[in-house]
Amino acid sequence: MRFTFDEDQLLFQTTLRDFLSNECTPEVIRKAWDEGRSHTPALWAQLAELGVPGLLVPEAHDGMGMSEIDSVLLFEEAGRAALPEPVIATAAVAAPLLVELGDEALAGEWLPRIGGGDAIVGVGHEVSPLVVDADVSHLLLLQRGDEVHAVAPDSAEIVAQPANDPSRRLFKVNFDAGDATRVAAGDAGRSLWAAALDRGALAAAAQLVGATDKLITLAAEYAEQRQQFGKPIGSFQAVKHMLANCKVKLEYARPVVHRAAHSVARSVSDRSLHVSMAKVAAADAAQFASRQALQVHGALGYTWEQDLHIWMRRAWSLEQAWGRNDFHRSRVEERVLEASARLGPGRTFRGE
Amino acid sequence: MDLVYTAEQEAFRKEARTWLEANVPSRPLKSFDTKEGFEEHREWEKQLQAGGFAMVPWPVEYGGRGANLLEWLVFEEEYFRAKAPARVNQNGIFLLGPTIMEYGTPEQKARFLPKMASSEEVWAQGWSEPNAGSDMANIQATAIRDGDHFVINGQKTWASRGAYAHWLFGMFRTDPDSERHRGLSFILCPLDAPGITVRPIEKLNHKAAFAEVFFDDARVSVDHLLGEEGKGWNVSMSTAGFERGLMLRSPARFQDTAAKLVALYKENEGSCDPGLKRRVVDCWMRAEAYTLDTYRTVSRLLEGGKIGAEASLNKIFWSELDVEMHEVALEILGWRAELLPQASEAQGVGEWLDGYIFALAGPIYAGTNEIQRNIIAERILGLPRK
Ligand SMILES: Cc1cc2nc3c(=O)[nH]c(=O)nc-3n(C[C@H](O)[C@H](O)[C@H](O)COP(=O)(O)OP(=O)(O)OC[C@H]3O[C@@H](n4cnc5c(N)ncnc54)[C@H](O)[C@@H]3O)c2cc1C
Repeated sequence: MRFTFDEDQLLFQTTLRDFLSNECTPEVIRKAWDEGRSHTPALWAQLAELGVPGLLVPEAHDGMGMSEIDSVLLFEEAGRAALPEPVIATAAVAAPLLVELGDEALAGEWLPRIGGGDAIVGVGHEVSPLVVDADVSHLLLLQRGDEVHAVAPDSAEIVAQPANDPSRRLFKVNFDAGDATRVAAGDAGRSLWAAALDRGALAAAAQLVGATDKLITLAAEYAEQRQQFGKPIGSFQAVKHMLANCKVKLEYARPVVHRAAHSVARSVSDRSLHVSMAKVAAADAAQFASRQALQVHGALGYTWEQDLHIWMRRAWSLEQAWGRNDFHRSRVEERVLEASARLGPGRTFRGE
Repeated sequence: MDLVYTAEQEAFRKEARTWLEANVPSRPLKSFDTKEGFEEHREWEKQLQAGGFAMVPWPVEYGGRGANLLEWLVFEEEYFRAKAPARVNQNGIFLLGPTIMEYGTPEQKARFLPKMASSEEVWAQGWSEPNAGSDMANIQATAIRDGDHFVINGQKTWASRGAYAHWLFGMFRTDPDSERHRGLSFILCPLDAPGITVRPIEKLNHKAAFAEVFFDDARVSVDHLLGEEGKGWNVSMSTAGFERGLMLRSPARFQDTAAKLVALYKENEGSCDPGLKRRVVDCWMRAEAYTLDTYRTVSRLLEGGKIGAEASLNKIFWSELDVEMHEVALEILGWRAELLPQASEAQGVGEWLDGYIFALAGPIYAGTNEIQRNIIAERILGLPRK
């Protein structure tokens, strides 16, 4: 029993944090917005050099061969930087899905390209059926009931669905499902999609944690610097307590997310329960922190100019991604209220 | 990260479970806030000590078992699972004990720890005074050195367990000209010393749980000074860290309540407001989050980390969770919520009301939650004090 990260994992996290704070600045994000895109190929190539898209690609396919326990901290960093790249679909969901499909040809074709930064893979799951960055994807993995379809983007109709967060570009994808596109079905397909959902929700939860951390930092920095009544507004207790409340929520979401990463990496039987708990806790913390951070910033925070909303919008859109809180809450409710549920002390790490 | 118990930890769990199943009294003991209940609880502690489970994480030489904090968490889980009695000496074993281990002389450790572990000596804590609540640095009780004794004058209040405890630890001003945090010393006082008068105070639950303690030229040996004279503030901060941070409220307590709340909801699902389902399940999730965070903290401590200001996050989280769980339970109970356990219509539900009243104190003691929020804002988030 050891609930801490290794030195290597923490080092990778700080490396990515430093990289993103230099390379994924609000200016970079705003430039992409202004140009109607979110993905920046040069940035993606640099991320590939660090190993980010191929985190979960096996070494045999030229990837990093890591697990969700390694990647969870990196997704936190993606959230802290409000990284607008399609890391969740490509790195967190598509790569392991391609491994688990067991189709050697498909895996051999796409996994090395993902790891090398040469392929973006969009994923459409029925829980959040619109596909992020479908227009820049090289491959689409789409759900039809229990079936998994691998679809070439140029064979599908891709319709933009403008949404609240310019960093989250959504598309409706219409395609002809058939033998040519079907790569899994039945029980196999069902369990692949279940795993994909858990991985997507976990990565979104981790990004939400990072984004929340950033929102609190931005608000605390602003509260120190902004003066009213002759002193920093951060000296007013009402402001202090708002931010303290955010910090409490954040720090009690974080370990839930970390445990979910462990559960996904080790395929524990309560994996989906743990992921849903993580998504709920992280999204609640993020929603709360966005509201408080906005309040602390006053009217300035209510402008398009001020960078705060880059993270507020991330918080909102990541809550939508991979199952909203109502979906995840119901999953938890079902499990907890089940007649056979075993609750109480001593059960957290062991189903018994 | 590896969230799987080792074979040794599992074996220890089994051993604890077996012992507890065989030894936990089948009927609940009387409240330790009554004289009779207090003595029943001491008897139980003696039995626990004989079984080798009184102080799992303490070194063997002080009456403990020499296990690490992870095993302590496992033990706590089994303890609550077995519905074993509340720990009458929690001020001693969870708060003062670790402080003595850090600051005590070898003689003090040998003198106080074993008797604490067996609850032969039960402890009360004396920080608060009528004019020093949240503002603890305003302590006014004095302890003036006179040869090999301190002569103590002043008043402490709200000392939990004070009505029947044998000893009190607390802070006194040893330098009468000092102000605020300076000039305070951490002193251990036998409550039967001449010049000390204990006056029990009834709590919101009508039981004499805490006490005022008056000192009138009471003489306490200088051997009972813990840490350096005048440095009591630092010593007390270590106790406060344990209180807020870890030992006082192990997660098992809240997991137990959360599981009972889920069961209560299931029993009453047909008759209560369906909107309560979400609150019930949220409570359960928060109790799990608290557990996960505690495992994280303990893992960090075992790797050489320390508990700092983040103990304040902890204190807010568990105390508000506890209130919320009981509030939800009372809502589920509907018209029965106001009944005391002895009401025939209560059918055992009166425990929730008792628990609710107990939980309401959580945001007040161990440093109010407002004070904790100030600490988080200033020490963790770096906001300006003024
Ligand atoms: C059940 C119970 C058991 C206790 N056991 C013990 C014990 O064993 N030993 C012991 O020494 N004490 C004990 N206490 C006392 C406890 O530590 C104090 O009640 C607590 O520190 C608050 O002090 P106070 O009651 O004087 O409230 P006050 O300090 O007067 O506070 C009243 C209100 O004002 C708020 N307030 C005060 N200062 C600030 C500030 N700077 N910023 C914002 N808000 C502020 C508080 O948060 C609170 O809401 C116990 C209390 C209870 C309820």
